[in-house]
Amino acid sequence: MAGGPATDSDLTRLSAAELAAAIAAGEVSAVEVTQAHLRRIEQVDPQVHAFLHVDGDGAVRAARAVDERRAAGEPLSALAGVPLALKDVFTTVDMPTTCGSRILEHWRPPYDATITRRLREAGVVIIGKANMDEFAMGSSTENSAFGPSRNPWDLGRVPGGSSGGSAAAVTAYEAPLGIGTDTGGSIRQPAAVCGIVGTKPTYGGSSRYGLVAFASSLDTPGPLARTVLDAALLHEVMSGHDPMDSTSLNAPVPPVVAAARQADVAGLRVGVVAELGGEGYQPGVMARFADAVGLLESLGAKVTEVSCPHFRYALPAYYLIAPSECSSNLARFDGMRYGLRAGDDDAASAEEVMSLTRAAGFGAEVKRRIMLGTFALSSGYYDAYYGKAQQVRTLIIRDFNAAFEQADVLVSPSTPTTAFPIGERVDDPMAMYLADLCTIPSDLAGNSAISVPCGLADEDGLPVGLQVMAPVLADDRLYRVAGAVEAALQQRWGHPLLAQARGLTERIPAGGGPGDD
Amino acid sequence: MTETAALVAFEDAVRRYEPVIGLETHVELSTASKMFCGCPAGFGAEPNSSVCPVCLGLPGSLPVVNRRAVEYTISIGLALNCSIATWCRFARKNYFYPDMPKNFQISQYDEPLCTDGWLDVAVGGRSVRVGIERVHLEEDTGKSQHVGTTGRIHGADYSLVDYNRAGIPLVEVVTKPVPGTGPLAPEVARAYLAELRDLLRALGVSDVRMEEGSLRCDVNTSIAPPGALWGTRTETKNVNSLKSAERAVRFEIERQAAVLDGGGRVIQETRHFHEDSGITTPGRSKEEAQDYRYFPEPDLVPLAPSREWVEQLRAALPELPAARRARLQAEWGLSGPDMEALRNARALDLVADTVAAGASPADARKWWLNELSQRANAAGVELGELAVTPAQVARVSELVATGTLNDKLARQVIDGILAGEGEPDEIVAARGLAVVSDTAALLAVIDAAIAAKPEIAAKVRSGKVAAAGALVGEVMKATRGQADATAARELILRRLGVSG
Amino acid sequence: MSISRTEVAHLARLSRMALSEAELDHFAGQLDQILTAVARVQEVAAEGIEPTTHAAGLSNVFREDRLSGCLGQLAALDQAPAAQDGRFRVPRILAED
Repeated sequence: MAGGPATDSDLTRLSAAELAAAIAAGEVSAVEVTQAHLRRIEQVDPQVHAFLHVDGDGAVRAARAVDERRAAGEPLSALAGVPLALKDVFTTVDMPTTCGSRILEHWRPPYDATITRRLREAGVVIIGKANMDEFAMGSSTENSAFGPSRNPWDLGRVPGGSSGGSAAAVTAYEAPLGIGTDTGGSIRQPAAVCGIVGTKPTYGGSSRYGLVAFASSLDTPGPLARTVLDAALLHEVMSGHDPMDSTSLNAPVPPVVAAARQADVAGLRVGVVAELGGEGYQPGVMARFADAVGLLESLGAKVTEVSCPHFRYALPAYYLIAPSECSSNLARFDGMRYGLRAGDDDAASAEEVMSLTRAAGFGAEVKRRIMLGTFALSSGYYDAYYGKAQQVRTLIIRDFNAAFEQADVLVSPSTPTTAFPIGERVDDPMAMYLADLCTIPSDLAGNSAISVPCGLADEDGLPVGLQVMAPVLADDRLYRVAGAVEAALQQRWGHPLLAQARGLTERIPAGGGPGDD
Repeated sequence: MTETAALVAFEDAVRRYEPVIGLETHVELSTASKMFCGCPAGFGAEPNSSVCPVCLGLPGSLPVVNRRAVEYTISIGLALNCSIATWCRFARKNYFYPDMPKNFQISQYDEPLCTDGWLDVAVGGRSVRVGIERVHLEEDTGKSQHVGTTGRIHGADYSLVDYNRAGIPLVEVVTKPVPGTGPLAPEVARAYLAELRDLLRALGVSDVRMEEGSLRCDVNTSIAPPGALWGTRTETKNVNSLKSAERAVRFEIERQAAVLDGGGRVIQETRHFHEDSGITTPGRSKEEAQDYRYFPEPDLVPLAPSREWVEQLRAALPELPAARRARLQAEWGLSGPDMEALRNARALDLVADTVAAGASPADARKWWLNELSQRANAAGVELGELAVTPAQVARVSELVATGTLNDKLARQVIDGILAGEGEPDEIVAARGLAVVSDTAALLAVIDAAIAAKPEIAAKVRSGKVAAAGALVGEVMKATRGQADATAARELILRRLGVSG
Repeated sequence: MSISRTEVAHLARLSRMALSEAELDHFAGQLDQILTAVARVQEVAAEGIEPTTHAAGLSNVFREDRLSGCLGQLAALDQAPAAQDGRFRVPRILAED
């Protein structure tokens, strides 16, 4: 860094890769990096509300441990000393894990999630737990029992969901890295509306042990970052087989970091999914998407159109499968063993206390999905609803298989609109569900997908995301394409997309120190 | 709710109605760890000390299948002549209850691991083939203790729950309905349970102690007039012993006959068996049949046992009880009724162990069925509860065979064993019970006897050889039964100059 | 497909949630709308199509029958709303299981 000691603004604007390199080279200490981010959080989080819990002491301790290892000459992992916002759906022994719900408001888990453990072992500094839609159900973070997070581009708008807190934290420079979970699009959609990178890895690519389950066959932990390379580095650190998770894949992590560096799409066959676009999609989104497709072509990709006819049924199938699984997964929250207990006056029965607890502890969306799922699994309805949805799932997988014969990757907008205003869809579940239109097919099929920023919509100057989808275990292809798009656009603009976020610089005071914009 | 049920006498009931029975048995497997986690499956000391995030169902926890539990289940299926699924899944059975940490139980629904087998049981000289519908694998629940005025659920103020047993592997064995047993229905129920228990014990997959709950049974009973469709069945729970199974079936037949005789209909319900009175009473009635909303367990992947694996397990099966009994019967040269007598007296294993320790089958049977059975009855205990081992019985038998003991002395040695005096040889030495066959010693006693009974001696000299018996008796008395009677008789005759 | 308020109340009971009258009114309309939308899956002809419960296609994932660490009674009960004698204390249970 030129000139005097690094300012907070300098440190918080660096990418994770740059920070890790600087720490490893001894140019700056991990403690300094963490403290700079803690100060940034202090400054901006009252407005952004990305975090539910910030562990300043714990973070500094973890950072100090990295510094000590470095001083002792021990090798450091690729992201050692880098701060990270962890979605509050992963268990942590030293911080509460609320899942954005009153029913777990004060819960302290007695065990770390595998992902938590892997981060700690890699020296990543978990700076705090990020806000989320309650139990990962939502597309705006408005379903959090503790208030929504706000989009740093425009504080009156949603940061997307359900991993809105993690996305907002990364966007607002509160941490260079975030981890979210994607069940119906909950990493990619927030990434898109916040103008950052978010990946849903191949299902089973990283462990769900310690990830409080929403929909078991769909939940996928994944990285959020401001650059494609950062996302790839985190993707690698968090992935890998876990014997504690029967659904985790026993396969090597695809070479995502190499692919992010390669970032070359010459000769790659790119398929535009016909069903993911058109009516109901914001014109500005479609315009930036078309630009992105054109860009890929100019970079040497072979673009064609492919049809996935059953994608039209992906949304209804998802809104049967996910609620069904969640109605069962959330049954354990009954006030008997942990969490909120309501209505226990020594006269009420266990059944009554369970019912009162769940009524008091769950928000509206959670209640809706539990009832929907209970319905879909009921005897007499199972075949026509849950059973049928699982058949549609098979057909969607077949659509993908056929499409991937014609194309190496598929592309679409990440979500039909830019960030919508807070409050706009909160009372209209169906309108809210439409945000997942493009992302859901990959959740159902289990293949990998990424959202990478591809510009701002003309109407509102808000970020648009390009979604790239790859076959199961071909996650590296995502990073090749995303890396190429990112590099080309940065070259065209002369700066990263986020630099255009006036909301970030005007309404949120920047970190102290000279040389700030 | 107590109900004084009207009953029809059993013999009358089975003369006019044909019973159909079925049994559902839960078996706790004796694996080292639980079904889906590494917590110990043995009995923990402190409550809630053998628990982890998985078996406590904590948010974020995930199950992983215990391979040995699957092997045990396949072995049970093979021993019951079942087909083993090539592909099957676990399913969630969803219902709310405080002893279930997740408020669903991981079980199997429409894809059990084993299906369509049978188990032959012998009752009343007949062989009855009990069809096996399915054998599947699931997890056990925690245990709640109801605290309050009555100690039973009704009237409890609160409950205390211990999750040590949550997640223990359970195998459920469900029979097909068993018709055509007529008056033998209660005994068939008991015999099936006994046979199943012996089979599970032979496989080494469970402790199978009904008193401790590692083998639990529900019994289904229905009756119908001959030729009619099967009647409505009731399910009886809390059947905690073989005897209870028999009594429960018997009572239900009597009760249901009275209902039908009175023109009523048997209500399909779950009933509770009472040990003390031998009656069943209705369980708490449910408003609606439970809909468990079964669906395939998304946290687990399918089980697809390869045929190689199944054949390996089949080859590793130990000799099963039925085959063993057939073999022993042939080896011992016994008739069917003889074998059944041994089983009924619960002497089969004791005799087999005694033979294995060196006794002849005939001797072993004789000892256990006669002398030792008498002792057991007198003491009011089971044969197997006597304080004597097959090895000890075999040793006593050997001592008799070699002439060290005669039958009377042997019985005294048994006395000593039962009294806890030690091993047979120790008792013989301590009590000085060895047969006296030392010629010199014997002659001394013989001469004394001859001198004491000159008139008898004269008879013998005159040719009445049989009279020597009285002199033998004298010798036996004088030696407190320790003389070798045969040797004594010979010596007496020689002494008196007679050849016998 | 339309779902009545009574059925919604039934679903709330089944899933152990004591919803208020106002909530039942509110949810009934929304669930009706959602169910109509998701019922579209029935338009798809799917005879002979196997349902997918796991996209990944794995099978036979096991753990060996070995012991691993337990939480211990203190940790197990640490977050319990009520505990007594080393056990979780819960209100009186009405139904037989």
